[in-house]
Amino acid sequence: MWTLLGIAVVVAGFAFRFNPLLVIAAAAAVTGIAGGMHPLEILAAFGKAFNDTRYISAVFVVLPVIGLMERAGLQQRARILIGRLRGATASHILFIYFVYRQITSAVGLTAAGGHAQMVRPLIAPMAESAAEAGLGGLSDGRRWHIRAFAAATENVAVFFSEDIFIALAPVLLIQGTLAAGGIVATPLSISLWAIPTALLALTIHGLRIALFGRALRRKEPPA
Amino acid sequence: MIGYAPLYVVVGLFFAAYAALSVLDSANPRRPGNTAFWALLAVSFLFGSWLGDIANGVLVLALAGIGGFNLLGKAGAATTGAAERQASAVRRGNWLFAPVLIVPATALAGTLAFRGMHPPLFSAPALTLFWLGAGVLIALAAAMLWLRPPALAPLQEGRRLADTIGWAAILPQMLASLGAVFAVAGVGKAVGSVATNYLPLGLPFEAVAAYCIGMALFTVVMGNAFAAFPVMTAAIGLPLIVGKFHGDPAIMGAVGMLSGYCGTLATPMAANFNIVPAALLELPDRNGVIKAQIPTAVPLLIGNILLMYFLVYRY
Repeated sequence: MWTLLGIAVVVAGFAFRFNPLLVIAAAAAVTGIAGGMHPLEILAAFGKAFNDTRYISAVFVVLPVIGLMERAGLQQRARILIGRLRGATASHILFIYFVYRQITSAVGLTAAGGHAQMVRPLIAPMAESAAEAGLGGLSDGRRWHIRAFAAATENVAVFFSEDIFIALAPVLLIQGTLAAGGIVATPLSISLWAIPTALLALTIHGLRIALFGRALRRKEPPA
Repeated sequence: MIGYAPLYVVVGLFFAAYAALSVLDSANPRRPGNTAFWALLAVSFLFGSWLGDIANGVLVLALAGIGGFNLLGKAGAATTGAAERQASAVRRGNWLFAPVLIVPATALAGTLAFRGMHPPLFSAPALTLFWLGAGVLIALAAAMLWLRPPALAPLQEGRRLADTIGWAAILPQMLASLGAVFAVAGVGKAVGSVATNYLPLGLPFEAVAAYCIGMALFTVVMGNAFAAFPVMTAAIGLPLIVGKFHGDPAIMGAVGMLSGYCGTLATPMAANFNIVPAALLELPDRNGVIKAQIPTAVPLLIGNILLMYFLVYRY
């Protein structure tokens, strides 16, 4: 039962914002000692596990390609592409950006968006000015709500689509954790089963965007 | 049979190059930290299989120490400026997406072409990643021929991104390793006995609900679904959903991780996704983004539980 202390170390360490790498090392040590292992045994077990799971970090092999294309204006091109939406309503802008981010993350183009790269300079201002044009003015409260919704749209789209990309760290972490339990699963099978949730996210968040668009068209009650 | 070895050589050489370029990077005041970190990872990828378990353990501790005590800086790698990028984006058009798309296309095509070969040429778990690595080399060759950047540009740009990720680069691998230590020390059995004594987990649906809700709640507390995953999987996922009720492990893992992400949407602990954007957008309420996300997160978690329940015991 004392082996559960390791879990407590992980939870408390992350909750108190210690550096995760140190938290993990401490949790491994506590778990091993509580499980009656010799310190060298723990070190060897952790070293062997790290060596056996190198494929998880092997995904960083793609960085030179992404960096090279960023150097040639990948993010600027993505901005030009999305900027063509000018003139659409706020809810259309948010919905099209949502679908665009689902598709780009599913094929590994996570770099084609982001809060600093796209939401702040482009999506939030475009949605704000579209709503402003429709209403002839915008209260601060609504302005903030539109911005928050734009950030939420980025997060929901990326979170629930990125695992469709076969070679992303979470997919391989799933593979590695199952392997630790003695189960062989391929990255392709794991990423395929991420698709139903991506479609569910599209339905739920798409519906919310539509409702948000309707709420935006209503005149505000005087504050 | 071809396993991970060829890919590890490529990855190891990339990391070795980042280490070498870090030595020369006088713009980074913490370059010894960056050099050591990427060099140790290069050693792990190139020679890890010959080092022995204890030496690998020492290597991990060194990596965790360098990353954990914040000894890494950011690359001052030479790259292009905003105006140059804008001009290139206008001139080259949407073809700029093509080299990046070569990578998943190659990975998928290679996987489908060589899957189910008799006798197998590739080991099953390594197949997709082998072709991912091949896709990267093809994409790099295509991009170099097309763009004609300086010869070192792919390595410098790779190092720029690697330094942006920093110590977090090894976080998923560290968590998976912790999961392995949990397995050796018998954590799964201990949690399983606690969970089955105090939670109603006698039915397949209850096991699924406990696993998905547990993933979301642990993620809210820790701010990181990756950290929750090995814990919940060792505790409830593997012993109950797979072991007792014979569910499919790939479906369980995929939907379980995504249930954790529902927790990520709802927690200020995931600062990068929730708090930093609120500041970036100048919202007066730092939890504004979270409030906009919760009405999506809750129905999506319920949907995930139902999806897993209907799929995991069927395939």
